[in-house]
Amino acid sequence: MIPHDSPSAEQLVEAVREWLERDVLAGTSGSLQFHARVAINVLAMVEREMQLGAVQAEAHQQRLVALGCADDADLAARIRGGEFDDRLPEVRDAVWASVRDKLRVANPKYVAGS
Amino acid sequence: MEDLANGLRDVLGATSIAGLVRLSGGASRETYRFDADGRALILQRQRGGYERDMAIEVAALRAAAAGGVPVPHVIAASTDPSALGASFTILTAVEGETIARKILRDERFATARAALAGQLGTAAARLHAVDPAGPVDFPVDDPLDGLRTTLDRSGEPHPAFELVFRWLQQHLPAPRPQVLVHGDYRLGNLIVGDDGLRAVIDWELAHLGNPMEDLGYLCVKAWRFGATLPVGGVGSYHQLFEAYEAAGGGPVDPAEVHWWEVLGTLKWGIICITQALAHTSGAARSHELAAIGRRVCENEHDLFLALEGHW
Repeated sequence: MIPHDSPSAEQLVEAVREWLERDVLAGTSGSLQFHARVAINVLAMVEREMQLGAVQAEAHQQRLVALGCADDADLAARIRGGEFDDRLPEVRDAVWASVRDKLRVANPKYVAGS
Repeated sequence: MEDLANGLRDVLGATSIAGLVRLSGGASRETYRFDADGRALILQRQRGGYERDMAIEVAALRAAAAGGVPVPHVIAASTDPSALGASFTILTAVEGETIARKILRDERFATARAALAGQLGTAAARLHAVDPAGPVDFPVDDPLDGLRTTLDRSGEPHPAFELVFRWLQQHLPAPRPQVLVHGDYRLGNLIVGDDGLRAVIDWELAHLGNPMEDLGYLCVKAWRFGATLPVGGVGSYHQLFEAYEAAGGGPVDPAEVHWWEVLGTLKWGIICITQALAHTSGAARSHELAAIGRRVCENEHDLFLALEGHW
């Protein structure tokens, strides 16, 4: 349990993002507007990570356990060392699933568009 | 700016320097535009401490021009910092558009888009036929070693990239005689007019390597900027390869170009990691750079798409 009052961290980030969208974008142009857009995208990403993060962490952990790996560093080192050469399709499926999860937070349109 | 204008007047032996404006400031250099006695020119000035030698780029520009590649003409260049405070190159200003999204979407570039893939094939063939011998020894890059070193230096594990490194090592194409390659041959580094390719710019990464590197990099999905056609979003592989061969570029093996396209996608992904590191290390605090770190997974996804059916 967390001791904090309402609004939640997610709602606070949302409030700032909405202000950027509503007031800042309209009042800026050129490079400043571009960087405001980047900021909006970053905050929206943080909101998605707050929503999906716990479920994704669990799924990622299960994929690592199924491969007998402690973490991504372990998995990366063992792929590099050739330890997984005889079960590559399984490893690829697991890694691609994690990549799709990263995209669902970072840029959901990217998965949908390709 | 006043000092810079005076320096330019001395370097060029010009009577008047007018309209000096800064166009952009990248990580490694500043770009300015100005008129010298009525002639539109571009100044590129290196930032202090940047390790890449501008002499290499100038030599590549001159060699490419001699070989018939459309490039800006080098008016003056020096690695002596006494004249303008740092190494510099002064080039003719080529009129046209460099912003990829405009080239890909604006109606005025419809004719250019239809011609561009073929023109890029022809330009690459001419570049790769250039004799690289000259006053400067171009660097020789081992593409896989360089990427491996950069990724390891980042300290971040990327299982997807490890799978791709393994695939690249296991499918190495047969070596070809090394030629002068551009090294960053893509939309964004081209000046395009209504009629098509006007100039290939940004020769900072020119080196000796496999000619297929340039063709493959041009086809990396990130350089289609959301458009669908494989060659920079504007053309087909067939258009590119046919023009390359017709201009004397030698036979193209599509599987070999695909290997370089995969390598180029990996390379761009690793560059995205280093961009985010510029923020997190404190070298250049910027939320824009920070956000690029979260684009690495786009490259990982692109790699899985590019390798489907090829594993």
